Amino acid sequence: MGADKAVHLSDEALHGSCAMQTSYALSKVLGTLEYDLVICGSESTDARLSIMAPLIAERLGLPQLSGARKVTVDGGTVRIERQTESGYDVIEASTPAIISVVEKINEPRYPSFKGIMAAKKKPLTSLTVADAGIEADKVGLAHATSAVDSFSTRPPRQAGQIVKDEGDGGSKVADFLASQKFI
Amino acid sequence: MAEVLVLVDHIDGTPKKVTYELLTKARELGEPSAVFLGAPGQSGTAIESLGKYGAEKVYVGESDEIAGFLTAPKAEIIATLIEQKSPVAVLFPSSAEGKEVAARVAVRTGSGLLADAVDLDADGTATQSVFGGAVEVRSKVTVGTNLVTIRPNSTPPVEQAGAAAVEQLTVEVSDAAKGAKIVESVVEAKGGRPDLGDAAIVVSGGRGVGDADGFRIIEELADTLGAAVGASRAATDAGWYPHQNQVGQTGRTVSPQLYIAAGISGAIQHRAGMQTSKTIVAINKDPEAPIFELADFGLVGDLFTVVPALTGEITKRKA
Repeated sequence: MGADKAVHLSDEALHGSCAMQTSYALSKVLGTLEYDLVICGSESTDARLSIMAPLIAERLGLPQLSGARKVTVDGGTVRIERQTESGYDVIEASTPAIISVVEKINEPRYPSFKGIMAAKKKPLTSLTVADAGIEADKVGLAHATSAVDSFSTRPPRQAGQIVKDEGDGGSKVADFLASQKFI
Repeated sequence: MAEVLVLVDHIDGTPKKVTYELLTKARELGEPSAVFLGAPGQSGTAIESLGKYGAEKVYVGESDEIAGFLTAPKAEIIATLIEQKSPVAVLFPSSAEGKEVAARVAVRTGSGLLADAVDLDADGTATQSVFGGAVEVRSKVTVGTNLVTIRPNSTPPVEQAGAAAVEQLTVEVSDAAKGAKIVESVVEAKGGRPDLGDAAIVVSGGRGVGDADGFRIIEELADTLGAAVGASRAATDAGWYPHQNQVGQTGRTVSPQLYIAAGISGAIQHRAGMQTSKTIVAINKDPEAPIFELADFGLVGDLFTVVPALTGEITKRKA
């Protein structure tokens, strides 16, 4: 896909880290690198917290431009469009900065065969917690800033009533809405 | 009684419904204080309504620097308040902005944070809905101040008089917080419909609506019900309806009393944004559409005949 190098932070000590600790660990790794722009996805698909960019921004004192649906970089200035509830905001900052992007940002290209071969030669650095200067007693389940009390699978919704339209579909839906006191 | 801070979510000074929901929730944990941050002069009309929902105090911080920069100034102010008042918890709306302010406050105060909660107990235990709504997790912040962001429509707002004593905050925004400047705010066309996140009823259209014109019947149905209009990603990506109305994984998450999905198949990404709706009605011509698995009431039929008929039927019954 075009990456020139990769860094992989991997350590058993990180197991069970909460979002606060993850942002701490990532900030430490960023501290070992040189960059103009840090690009994050807007949210994970599991818990969808969408807070990693602001957490890292606050830790590193970087300007944060989050939720970008469009990004332009002009010299040392980065500018994004951020979707709001009523339209969008245009936000600007100087680099180095951290941005998070939503899926509208682009369509990822397919990696070419040539690209896949070239990728095998790119450097991949593996870091442990100690390599990145992460204090082991600030990460992991035992030191998390929140604790899970319990979890449960959401009970499947009661099978609803499914009916076929036989020319009276509108009034059938209306009957249901009336029975639920919506009209 | 322990103080609980609530960050006021407002549009040009008018609090959004989620603010009243947060105040209602906060009363279970302690004594609610609203924190109103905005541009100069905006708090004027808000104070009284915040008091109506139980705010004993209202901390007011007004400055152009709050409105002109992204989230960091608000976080600075709230972190300072936490230091001064030692609240037992701080509740934020689970909007993009609310979550980001909360995140920064968590770093500044060395606190844990539970984002996007759908419920909060009196003892501070928060419930989050994860994995596309399939699993509910109950957790508690164990370090620092209990910071929780709560989804709109998680609890019905209940009025209870509070003193709403105003305390003005001195706003000094550090240079570090001015990194990301809002250079332009564009408001895209929006009718007089309720906000998607706040609405009690949402009517959404998807691929089955066919084109931008097709959304007219969705809007007409929404208007007879006083509902907000939503759209699936297929519909917003096709340019049939504005992106800010997208419901789903990469759009807005809604949990209204009633969600009506017309011409939406119900892909997992869409379901993640509406699964916690109280009652779900689906209209789709494909009897195999996965949306029917969620529906309390499903109608297999052509939305172009069913939706206008439904609109007509509701108008008739309301008359």
